[in-house]
Amino acid sequence: MDNVIIAENLSLSYKEFETIISKATFSIEAGSFVFITGASGSGKSTLLKSFYGAIEPRQGQLMVGGVKMNHISTSKLNFLRRHIGIVFQDYKLIKEWTIEKNVMLPLIISGYTGDVSGAQVQKLLGHVKLTHQAGKYPQELSGGEQQRVAMARALAHNPILILADEPTGNLDDYSSSVIWNLLEGANTQLKTTVIVVTHHIPEGLRIPYKHYHIEFGTINEIA
Amino acid sequence: MKSLKNHLSLIIALFTVLASVQIYVAVDRTIAAYESHLKNDYSVIVVTSELINPGEFKAMNSMIDRSEPISTAQVLERLKGEMSQKNLDLLKLTLPKFYRLYLNRFPTPREISQLQKKLESNSAIERVEGFSQTHDTVYKLMLLFKDVVQIFSIAIAAVTSLLILKEMRLWQFQHAERMNIMALFGAPVWLRSAVLFRLAIVDAIIATLILCLAFFLIDYYGYLTMQLKEIGISVQLFNFVDDAVRSLIIALGVSVALTFTIVLFHREEE
Repeated sequence: MDNVIIAENLSLSYKEFETIISKATFSIEAGSFVFITGASGSGKSTLLKSFYGAIEPRQGQLMVGGVKMNHISTSKLNFLRRHIGIVFQDYKLIKEWTIEKNVMLPLIISGYTGDVSGAQVQKLLGHVKLTHQAGKYPQELSGGEQQRVAMARALAHNPILILADEPTGNLDDYSSSVIWNLLEGANTQLKTTVIVVTHHIPEGLRIPYKHYHIEFGTINEIA
Repeated sequence: MKSLKNHLSLIIALFTVLASVQIYVAVDRTIAAYESHLKNDYSVIVVTSELINPGEFKAMNSMIDRSEPISTAQVLERLKGEMSQKNLDLLKLTLPKFYRLYLNRFPTPREISQLQKKLESNSAIERVEGFSQTHDTVYKLMLLFKDVVQIFSIAIAAVTSLLILKEMRLWQFQHAERMNIMALFGAPVWLRSAVLFRLAIVDAIIATLILCLAFFLIDYYGYLTMQLKEIGISVQLFNFVDDAVRSLIIALGVSVALTFTIVLFHREEE
């Protein structure tokens, strides 16, 4: 099977002498479900950011979806991001837009027409049980509901890769189960690669997964 | 409500720019009309020993628009009872010719002096009166007025520039979050900033419409134009075609430039 992410001697840092990830070499297979764990400040979110180009490799090489992330051009990065769905801990919804339009964002960017994107958005809002909230604004929803909207948005354009940073960090049990079900469904039914950064791996997952743990800047696969 | 506030802040800034430009244009137009008014009233008196036709005068200096002979009949009429007809005929023959020269623009003091010298160099011309002292006073007053208006416009431009800079910072702050989120999903720059450009264009159009309405009302109620008419100046303070088009171009230029600056200086958060 092809690898969707390949890292060779990858080092990441924000400042020159403060290495967060040091000379990591690993690969993630397409269609796999991966957890990245580690203590607070261990660099798991930084590693995830490097996958969508928010931080550039300081040393070594990183390939995401066949695209080299070192010194990537803006147009290439935009192209890559149009094939990635991202779920953030702080949701990152556009406050001035309705829930429906927020979910539609990746479809608007990919140039889908109103009818196609409208139908897709309705389907996804149904999956996250928020059809009745479509016309509301993010600030009118609870944290759990906002994260479900963010989840629907991440799936809207059928991405090849979903990156989730603590997607259920502060959520109630119901919202957490909706999010995990959707991530599992995307992985098993659509064969989407899912990478989740989290403190704790949820219990009762019905799918096989890989587990990487970050400690002192090094990444180790946990059997 | 929030959206209205966002619109209003830019509309007010743009309206201030447009109003200051329009006031400057209206004052400039008034000064030009006043200059034309002064030009019509101003003339140079020339005394010659022989008849000179209008074409000859025009050939002497390009500033000379037309010439009018001043009739001596009135003077001679007054002397009729005191002098014999023979002496009167003799006087008529020896009396110099008087001309009033009108110019095609209101001259500067230097131009008057040059014109005077040029005319005096002609052997047929005996004397030239340019009324330079009266002219100088009027001209200096007009220059002072022009300078005051220019300083006033520069001051307004400086204040509005600061207002726009402040507005730009506000816009950057307001839209940075949305632009960042769109960037995370791969939106190209033009799509991320489309909302900003749309907002800028709509606000530019609204600011222009408000300006047109304000100046239309000033013209319609006519208080200012009446005041100007009373001192002999007839001027249109707001020309619907020229001024509206110019204002729209300025408003669009300023707001689009503002948006470009925001987009160019925007840094994606990590």
